[in-house]
Amino acid sequence: MKLTVNGILHEINVEPEMPLLWVLRDELDIKGPKYGCGVAQCGACTVHVDGVAVRSCQLPVGDLEGEVLTIEGLGTPERLHALQDAWITHQVAQCGYCQSGQIMQAASLLEMIPHPSDAEIDEVMSGNLCRCGTYPRIRAAIHAAARTLSETKP
Amino acid sequence: MTRVGKLTRRTFLVGSTAVAGGVAFGVYLAKKPIPNPLLEGLAEGEAALTPFVKIDADGITLITPRADMGQGAYSIQAYLIAEELDIDPATARLSPGLPGPAYHNATILAEGVPYPAYDDSFVAESLRSLSAVPAKLFSVQVTGGSSTIPDGFDRLRTAGAIARETLKEAAARRTGIARSNLKTADGFVLLPAGGRIAYTDLAAEAAQIAPVADVSPRPSSEWKYLGTAALPRLDMARKCTGTEVYGIDLEFDDMLHATVRANPAIGAGLARLDTARAENMRGLHRIIPMSQGVGVIADNTWRAFQAADALDISWKAPAYPATSDGLFHELEAALNAPDFFDHRQRDDGNVDRALSDGTVITADYRVPYLAHAPMEPMNAVVRVQADAVEIWTGTQIPVFVRDRAARIAGVKAANVKVHVLPMGGSFGHRLEMTHVEQAVELAMAVPGRHLKLTWSREEDMTHDYPRPASVARARGAVADGKVIGFDLSVSQSAMAPEWLERLSGRNLPGPDATITTGAWDQPFAIPNYRVTGYRAPAMVPVSSWRSVGASGNGFYHDCFLDELIHAAGADPLAERMRLCMHDPSRKVLEAVGEMSGWNGELHTGGRGRGVGFCMSFGVPCAQVVDVVQTEDGIRIEKVYVAVDVGEVLDPTNLEAQVFGGVIWGLGHAMNCELTYDDHMPDQSNFYDFTGMRLYQAPEIIVRALSNGSAIRGIGEPAVPPAAPALANAIFAATGQRIRELPLHKHIDFV
Ligand code: FES
Ligand code: FES
Repeated sequence: MKLTVNGILHEINVEPEMPLLWVLRDELDIKGPKYGCGVAQCGACTVHVDGVAVRSCQLPVGDLEGEVLTIEGLGTPERLHALQDAWITHQVAQCGYCQSGQIMQAASLLEMIPHPSDAEIDEVMSGNLCRCGTYPRIRAAIHAAARTLSETKP
Repeated sequence: MTRVGKLTRRTFLVGSTAVAGGVAFGVYLAKKPIPNPLLEGLAEGEAALTPFVKIDADGITLITPRADMGQGAYSIQAYLIAEELDIDPATARLSPGLPGPAYHNATILAEGVPYPAYDDSFVAESLRSLSAVPAKLFSVQVTGGSSTIPDGFDRLRTAGAIARETLKEAAARRTGIARSNLKTADGFVLLPAGGRIAYTDLAAEAAQIAPVADVSPRPSSEWKYLGTAALPRLDMARKCTGTEVYGIDLEFDDMLHATVRANPAIGAGLARLDTARAENMRGLHRIIPMSQGVGVIADNTWRAFQAADALDISWKAPAYPATSDGLFHELEAALNAPDFFDHRQRDDGNVDRALSDGTVITADYRVPYLAHAPMEPMNAVVRVQADAVEIWTGTQIPVFVRDRAARIAGVKAANVKVHVLPMGGSFGHRLEMTHVEQAVELAMAVPGRHLKLTWSREEDMTHDYPRPASVARARGAVADGKVIGFDLSVSQSAMAPEWLERLSGRNLPGPDATITTGAWDQPFAIPNYRVTGYRAPAMVPVSSWRSVGASGNGFYHDCFLDELIHAAGADPLAERMRLCMHDPSRKVLEAVGEMSGWNGELHTGGRGRGVGFCMSFGVPCAQVVDVVQTEDGIRIEKVYVAVDVGEVLDPTNLEAQVFGGVIWGLGHAMNCELTYDDHMPDQSNFYDFTGMRLYQAPEIIVRALSNGSAIRGIGEPAVPPAAPALANAIFAATGQRIRELPLHKHIDFV
């Protein structure tokens, strides 16, 4: 079986039912996506498939169609995505365990709606649980990143 | 702070033997100089100036022994050292160090003394410092009780100052220039005529001289980092790019992956096991029956989970009741029953007389068991070799982990290495170590190989040591528009003694303060005022949960006070302020009134407003919650918070911790409980134990005051006032007085 993650093609030999999350984490050693619940309740495992946020704990790798992007592919400490930059400016993370998923979900939101309202942020981000309670700063950081992205886009 | 407190903390740093006079218990052991763990295993050219700073030719390592579970402990510890050492902490390596007695927590047991935190009298202060002695004896290198700041504030800055002055002394000897003529900045000693010498270049010489111990930390007016808004967390970029390495992310070439199924009735063990359906599953390595359940070892985490799901297991039953009804029945039976009396640390005036006439107001309250459910499920990597064990895990109790692993594996404690990893939350869960015990047991079956144990979310939630459930009866009286009598009894299983015994095998004699903390110790001068704790039998094994006793008692105390104030016809904020006899506490009430534009109007067109107050961990915290009653239920709109931590070191992180504490308090008050059936929690994942989600999060406005006498931590104190402020606001909006958590059993939320 073949899959493309962050632009790199990988060859794997696993059962097709194995969720994408565990292929990424345990087979490919891509540890940004996190295991939080395994049942689509927390969003810690969120990655993009062809640009759309999905819960990788729920996607059997055999059903995968499209290219996978994880937090590692979105931006790096040296080349931050606007959302990661806003997250740092707003000092969003506490334990940080949910934040890969939060940022990937937010990136997908901004793809769909470049300037989301609070209500739209609530709607799209509420599947991502944060036990540390970083929600107020997540809201602020998404608005800030939306501004940056619209300024830098032609 | 009194002289006693200061001496105890300072002398520890230089390993001196002086201890304030009059300590009878365990003085001999406590007086032994504490070995500096960095002195072992130092390579040539390395100097370990204090247990908190290590310098070699490659750079500077700051040792930050208090664990980081998300509260920012690593960063603030580094800033405390760096402030005095004169380095930019972003250029240093941070390491939690290896566990050892030099990193004992001198503050954590202090909250157990029978004097409230607002009592600064000499007796209270000396007793608090006495409790540092057993902490040292126990080697309690514990992170918890919002104690990292109060414990580290002097100690870490002094450590930085000792290191700085010793480096200057080394430079003085090399150059012949007096130490007093040398300055330091950015990791260099500056020479008066220009020119500078790097700390790293002085390390070897500094190692040869006795540390300069005659130092005192700079006054806050000279601070460069502390107290400013520009204190970015040193782990922030990693956490926003998916590059932080948590315990669950560790990878070794030879690593096996394991999971367990253990009896949710902790300690009762396995009755029957059928492995047939799991045996031929792909990637399965071993199935191992264990003392508490079954372990499954495979070549991948998911395969281990799959195999564990395929096991057919039945559990033995413990002696305590099997259902929530039965458990609460036991709690109620112990309430006000003389045989179960535990302590009465508050008994002012004459409560019996004040409550003897016909106008007594009574109310029964209760709070549920609660899971910690940090986002990162428990995990540990362990490798067992012939006479050594190595452990990588996120833990708040590394010394206990080391000693327990040694016992299980039958090796010397000195041969157990514990590496503490950043944690994806804890909230008290990692004050327990069942997952490490299990990982050691399993790793012993595959000696020489790294084994990673990962709990499924379901295992994490059903095999937690939850926040204790409790029940309370409150009675009170009012006269002439004032609260004049307040009598609260609380019944709960003992929490602290059970925990300490689990960890250390030692018995903690005396009462269990957690049964009433957050209630008996409130800074109010009600003329007839009594708080009594009853110790219910040990049932579901329980543990510390963010804000510990105050998480439930803060709800009881403040809600019932609100009921009495309402019965008296007084203003909830004004009457709390009138009753308050502690200046910093009164000022947070005043501040929250001003912030919220409090005008006594509690109910306007479907809106309600409530105030809540609790002093916990020495921090007074007042909150005003505004709710709106919609057609579909209650919406929490805004929360105003005023706190006093004595001195604010990191305003940005303080705000984050208050946001987190409020959301934690409100979320669990709204919709979380563990209920039991057949000795098992009914809840097993986030669909039935959720807390707050983003769409429910209110706007939160925070103000930190600095009128308190001693510096305090903020990881927990914002939790206790949130639930009562919310319940009081709901009462204001709807007239419905809810005396049981979670509130959603009685009212809907949107
Ligand atoms: S782990 Fe996938 S949603 Fe929680
Ligand atoms: S930052 Fe800890 S769970 Fe979100």
